[in-house]
Amino acid sequence: MAPFTFELVSPERVLFSGSVEAVVLPAVEGDMTVLAGHAPMMTALKTGFLVVTDNPGNGKRILIRGGFADINQNGLTVLAERALPAEELTTDVLDHEILQAEMAYDATNDPAAKHVAEATIAQLREAKEALSF
Amino acid sequence: MPSLKDLRNRIASVKATQKITKAMQMVAAAKLRRAQMAAEAARPYAQRMSAVLGNIASGVTVGPDTPRLLAGTGGDQVHLLVVCTAERGLCGAFNSSIARLARDHANRLLREGKTVKIICVGKKGYDILRRQFAAQIIDLVDLRSVRTLGFEQGDQIAQKVLALFEAGEFDVATLFYSRFQSVIAQIPTAQQIIPAQIEAGGVSTDAVYDYEPDEGEILATLLPRNLTIQIFRALLENAASEQGARMSAMDSATRNAGEMIKKQTMTYNRSRQAMITKELIEIISGAEAL
Repeated sequence: MAPFTFELVSPERVLFSGSVEAVVLPAVEGDMTVLAGHAPMMTALKTGFLVVTDNPGNGKRILIRGGFADINQNGLTVLAERALPAEELTTDVLDHEILQAEMAYDATNDPAAKHVAEATIAQLREAKEALSF
Repeated sequence: MPSLKDLRNRIASVKATQKITKAMQMVAAAKLRRAQMAAEAARPYAQRMSAVLGNIASGVTVGPDTPRLLAGTGGDQVHLLVVCTAERGLCGAFNSSIARLARDHANRLLREGKTVKIICVGKKGYDILRRQFAAQIIDLVDLRSVRTLGFEQGDQIAQKVLALFEAGEFDVATLFYSRFQSVIAQIPTAQQIIPAQIEAGGVSTDAVYDYEPDEGEILATLLPRNLTIQIFRALLENAASEQGARMSAMDSATRNAGEMIKKQTMTYNRSRQAMITKELIEIISGAEAL
């Protein structure tokens, strides 16, 4: 498979920049895999694991919390609101994140915001289960 | 004529001051390195963000459905100034130059008959602006307890600004901060954040972009996030600038102290010499008189 350029940036730092084989994105309307020569598109991301395959058979998981992916002829750029590589991720960190999301849920009265917070909590729980594998 | 003891005390006190300024300079240098790294690490995100935003916005025609964060409210009667300064002084003209820029801006707007509202981020700017604009300052964001600037702080301020905007409290928002160019050059900058300034250009594609969910929805989430990013970036640039300004201010303070010590030591030695000569003359003339 042809490699393409992938960049993952969070507000604090650039987490990944280089040429990859495939990237699985947790897009809002379902997970999707991006390969070289993907049609230009722009999608919002939800909380979940992003899987980078830089060499065949070598995947790297990064937990991201919301953001955007921009696919154009120059490659794929992911703007993540928060990103945590799986190596830095422990159940403690996730528990903390879940706690924060729950606090955000309790703090708001706006139904739309409550809905968003609820979804985030569910997705974080899902990520926690995925991590224990 | 100060006595020798006075001079000695004076030299000792200047030396103590010099030690403090030297230490502050070194601390600022260490902090600067970290702040500069953080500011540089945040740049790619902000750049990509504005590129992506530019891509989308260039395809959107301004109409009644356009998000107001992009199109504006249509008026420019009420202006909000978000003034970011440091929490601490002793950093040269850093705080006052940002405050001066904000003050000139506010004065111009007031002369034009506009309403001005000010949000101060950082205590020093508040202290300066309070003298003239006590009535206009609506909020003060205190970052003193924050050890390392994170995205949350930017988000917190952005949420405040957004809530005010949603409530129709202002039409145009401008952000004041100091752009970090180098250790010796920090440029006070005014940047309009609402309505969003879109850089033209970006990647030109012949192919049609696919949006998921649709364009409007993405734009609606992207715009507030862009605001957060701009504020976050301003905070980081400010932090780096502050340390840079403090470092050069403390550097010149240390040098001044050194000069002062040199001058005073010279005076001290001279008067000591004069004293000895005087005593010698007294003894000699006393012996001659016998």
